[in-house]
Amino acid sequence: MAGGYDRAITVFSPDGHLFQVEYALEAVRKGTTTVGVKGKDCVVLAVERRATPKLQDPRTIRKILVVDDNIALTFAGLNADARVLVNKTRVECQSYRLNVEDAPTVDYVARFIARTQQKYTHRGGVRPFGISTLLGGFDSKGQPALFQTDPAGTYYAWKATAIGKNSKSVTDFLEKKYKEDLDEDAVRATVLTCLREALLVKPDATVKLALKGLLEVTEASGKNIEVVIIKESGITWMPDDTLEPLVKELDDTAEKIAKLKEQQ
Amino acid sequence: MAPVANPKSFCLDIKKSGEAPKLMDFMKGTTTLGFVFQGGIIIAVDSRASMGSYIGSQTVKKVIEINDFLLGTIAGGAADCSFWERHLNRLCRMHELREKERISVAAASKLLANIFWQYRGQGLSCGTMVAGWDKKGPSLYMVDDQGDRHKGNVFSVGSGSTFAYGVLDTGYRFDLTVDEAVELGRRSIYHATHRDGASGGVARVYHVHEKGWTKVIAGEDVNKLHYMYAAEKNLKGDE
Repeated sequence: MAGGYDRAITVFSPDGHLFQVEYALEAVRKGTTTVGVKGKDCVVLAVERRATPKLQDPRTIRKILVVDDNIALTFAGLNADARVLVNKTRVECQSYRLNVEDAPTVDYVARFIARTQQKYTHRGGVRPFGISTLLGGFDSKGQPALFQTDPAGTYYAWKATAIGKNSKSVTDFLEKKYKEDLDEDAVRATVLTCLREALLVKPDATVKLALKGLLEVTEASGKNIEVVIIKESGITWMPDDTLEPLVKELDDTAEKIAKLKEQQ
Repeated sequence: MAPVANPKSFCLDIKKSGEAPKLMDFMKGTTTLGFVFQGGIIIAVDSRASMGSYIGSQTVKKVIEINDFLLGTIAGGAADCSFWERHLNRLCRMHELREKERISVAAASKLLANIFWQYRGQGLSCGTMVAGWDKKGPSLYMVDDQGDRHKGNVFSVGSGSTFAYGVLDTGYRFDLTVDEAVELGRRSIYHATHRDGASGGVARVYHVHEKGWTKVIAGEDVNKLHYMYAAEKNLKGDE
């Protein structure tokens, strides 16, 4: 169908497609799933960690990258492209700090990444970056923000989203859950406290939502998942001994709900 | 750039060759001052433009209104200062459009300082103060043609600055009222114009506050101020 229009990036097809960009999006769709959820005062990024071969050092496979003091990034797609793009972004953040004497907002960083990704769809002799990124951090008013960029160079702000393999099922789940959270709180009465205003989710609730989303499509084991919580005070990785029991707990819940449905 | 063999070193070459003595001596013949106090920032300037012993104008505007909430002062080459400060206006506006929020005084002054640093050695002559009120409150930065940039509470720039500092440092307190601060600015300019031959004309005073800036004194003839201050001391002023 492409018929010769898919070779050079700077060539439009007759029906208005940039095929190289669309093929890059395909590469993204094959990448490991990653979920981002924005809470009241935090942003949670969770990522599926593919099983590392026995002889490989797992520390070299980092999928959640720190871009600046309070901004973390995760991606789906080509690992090497992510490394290069993140490096450019880190330099840009420092450049911004030097010139403006202030921390860059996550909005600014998202725009920079999107601008960079777009540049590579505009020139000859280069190919687009084969990654979509999820960026978590805070805006200029101190509110949490979650952004996504894609190989075309567009960027979107999200309340909760997922990219990579099976991202559709996760986003469907998140769409339902973001509304249903209210009902669930009333029923559960354990850790999650009630949310009254839209989008106000306590840190633990945000983490649980992100994890639950990820668990829809991944095996329920602490070894397969990496979670990062971004607050105004900084970025913290969830340690394995907190993550493992939490994963187990959330996994049980799914089964319990299934049982309840059966009984009905 | 100048249509000569080495445009970048044009100013220095003319000076060295001695072809036109004193042509390239941009003395910063002026007095400008600024200080931060509880009510914001006071900027006070004189209005004389001199080239050596020739007085070019007595009615120069040495405060550039960069935008509604940023002020810049001129000392040195008037063309250099006014051009680059108007350029700074463009950069500040671009920042507003892109970031959807006002630029900070720190960032604005840094943009200007970086430009001067880039042109370092090419003969720009400019000693400017950038004043404004942003999220972090009132800020005053001194930026010069070498790319130097300093944040501070009290600054005076120009050939009359030493005289102005004398009066300013004596009368400065952070808790001055707005009226007291305006008076201090005006008085310091007057004293500088009285003793410095390269400063004179009228005294202009601006007040930078949370909502932007106000031109408090559009221009008061320093000669009139001389006799006014003399009268306060029961003197005629001709002593």
